[in-house]
Amino acid sequence: MKGYGEVILEHWRRPRNKGRLPSPDREAVEANPLCGDVVRLQLRLTEGRVTDVMFDGQGCAISQAAASLLTEKIKGKAVGRLAELGDQDVLGQLGEVTATRTNCALLPLWALRQALKEDR
Amino acid sequence: MDVQAIRRDFPILGRQQGGKPLVYLDSAATSHKPSTVIEALASFYGRSNANVHRALYELAGEATGLYEEARAKLAGLLGASADEIVFVRGTTEALNLAAYTLGEARLEAGDTVVVTEMEHHANLVPWQQAARRQKARLEAVPITEGGGLDIPSYERVLSAGAKVIALTHASNLLGTINPLPELTDIAHRAGAVVVVDAAQTVPHMPVSVHELGADMLAFSGHKMLGPTGIGVLWGRKELLEELPPFMTGGEMISEVRLDNATWAGPPRRFEAGTPPFAQAVGLGAAVDYLRGLGLADVRAHDVQLVERLLEGLGRRPYITVYGPLDPSARAGLVSFNMRGVHPHDVATLLDQEGIAIRAGHHCAQPLVRRLGVAAACRASCYVYNTADEVDTLLSALDEAWRILQ
Repeated sequence: MKGYGEVILEHWRRPRNKGRLPSPDREAVEANPLCGDVVRLQLRLTEGRVTDVMFDGQGCAISQAAASLLTEKIKGKAVGRLAELGDQDVLGQLGEVTATRTNCALLPLWALRQALKEDR
Repeated sequence: MDVQAIRRDFPILGRQQGGKPLVYLDSAATSHKPSTVIEALASFYGRSNANVHRALYELAGEATGLYEEARAKLAGLLGASADEIVFVRGTTEALNLAAYTLGEARLEAGDTVVVTEMEHHANLVPWQQAARRQKARLEAVPITEGGGLDIPSYERVLSAGAKVIALTHASNLLGTINPLPELTDIAHRAGAVVVVDAAQTVPHMPVSVHELGADMLAFSGHKMLGPTGIGVLWGRKELLEELPPFMTGGEMISEVRLDNATWAGPPRRFEAGTPPFAQAVGLGAAVDYLRGLGLADVRAHDVQLVERLLEGLGRRPYITVYGPLDPSARAGLVSFNMRGVHPHDVATLLDQEGIAIRAGHHCAQPLVRRLGVAAACRASCYVYNTADEVDTLLSALDEAWRILQ
């Protein structure tokens, strides 16, 4: 049994930026009802940049590790650049994710896209 | 039962999974097929294929004969008569047919339909829809802490005047086998029609519709060594005769005029269009195979494997098992969770060892919610599984637990 790659296990065991932001500027929740994975992503935006980000949720190691990884990737980034983040940017960094589990890995990215769509 | 000899009848079991032998523990989702079933399909298409009940040429007569022979085999399996066997695509279609037609014939505004908290969505959602259409009420009998049906609640709900009760013979998640002759008796005393979802029992044990006291009973071919796209709705003859059609079109009519039609008698009234006749022939071959093994022996083998599985899971403090702990009170499946680990992670890690189990909500979301979890792992056994495979699963769980610490 080779288990999961180190990146997944490391982020799953020690999630970064996990919790809630008080009054975030943007927020989205994505869920996969088939497996019960839920990811909530909250962003603080200051002068067009992501100055803070937190995730919260429950589910499998892949979805929660991917959420943790994504918060690290987007913190400090210009909001305008976030749309460039593609599926491969997440999948590539997580390491080997089988085809049956890519939905878990991409759930946080969908939450990010949803959060950016919202007009406030 | 000589399991090694049985295994040689199933070509797919020779398959390797990442260099490891396939350990298939997901037969509650679908079973594998013995060569005799695969050959029956190939032989039907290669030698006997023609549309049934229509043309007058010899080939069509032969195809019709084989189709009807399959119906007789299914009737024999259930202790029923052939004209009570309706061929459908599977359990889901069978239960939709039952819910729609019983709804039309038996339910009026304000009537009560009863289901249980342990139903598969296929035996829940069609009744929700029927209740909505007829403006009837839907009541659900709860389960106990031990994973059995709450019998006092069942009696109470039924004696309040239910018209239909739809319940599973065995839960596809808890494994619980419901005490059917008792439950059907209670329902009949209350004047309710009993529809039984037998998807997890007909493939695995002797089932006599009359001993169970059911009025209708549904199951799928693909879970009992047969092809996909074929299943059975059995119904008591007088009941089937009373019911309106579900789907309409060719084959199911008696006479059609431009502005109206009359219906054929059962079972053809419920088999609109070209039926899955090749699949029915394949299912007939599966019935032959299972009866050749003996369904009592099939059941005994399941109980043995489940006992080993329950015992092994019980020795692992990081595992929580759902449902009854007595193997003889269960179908051949066990659902469980690993502490703090999502079942999909367990399933993915087991897959790396060639072990196929199911993880998810098992199409029983209300039940999963009732258990207070998001999802569960499920290992299920059948005639081709061995005690060694159960042990392989147990040690792979230890390894997954170690990795996920």
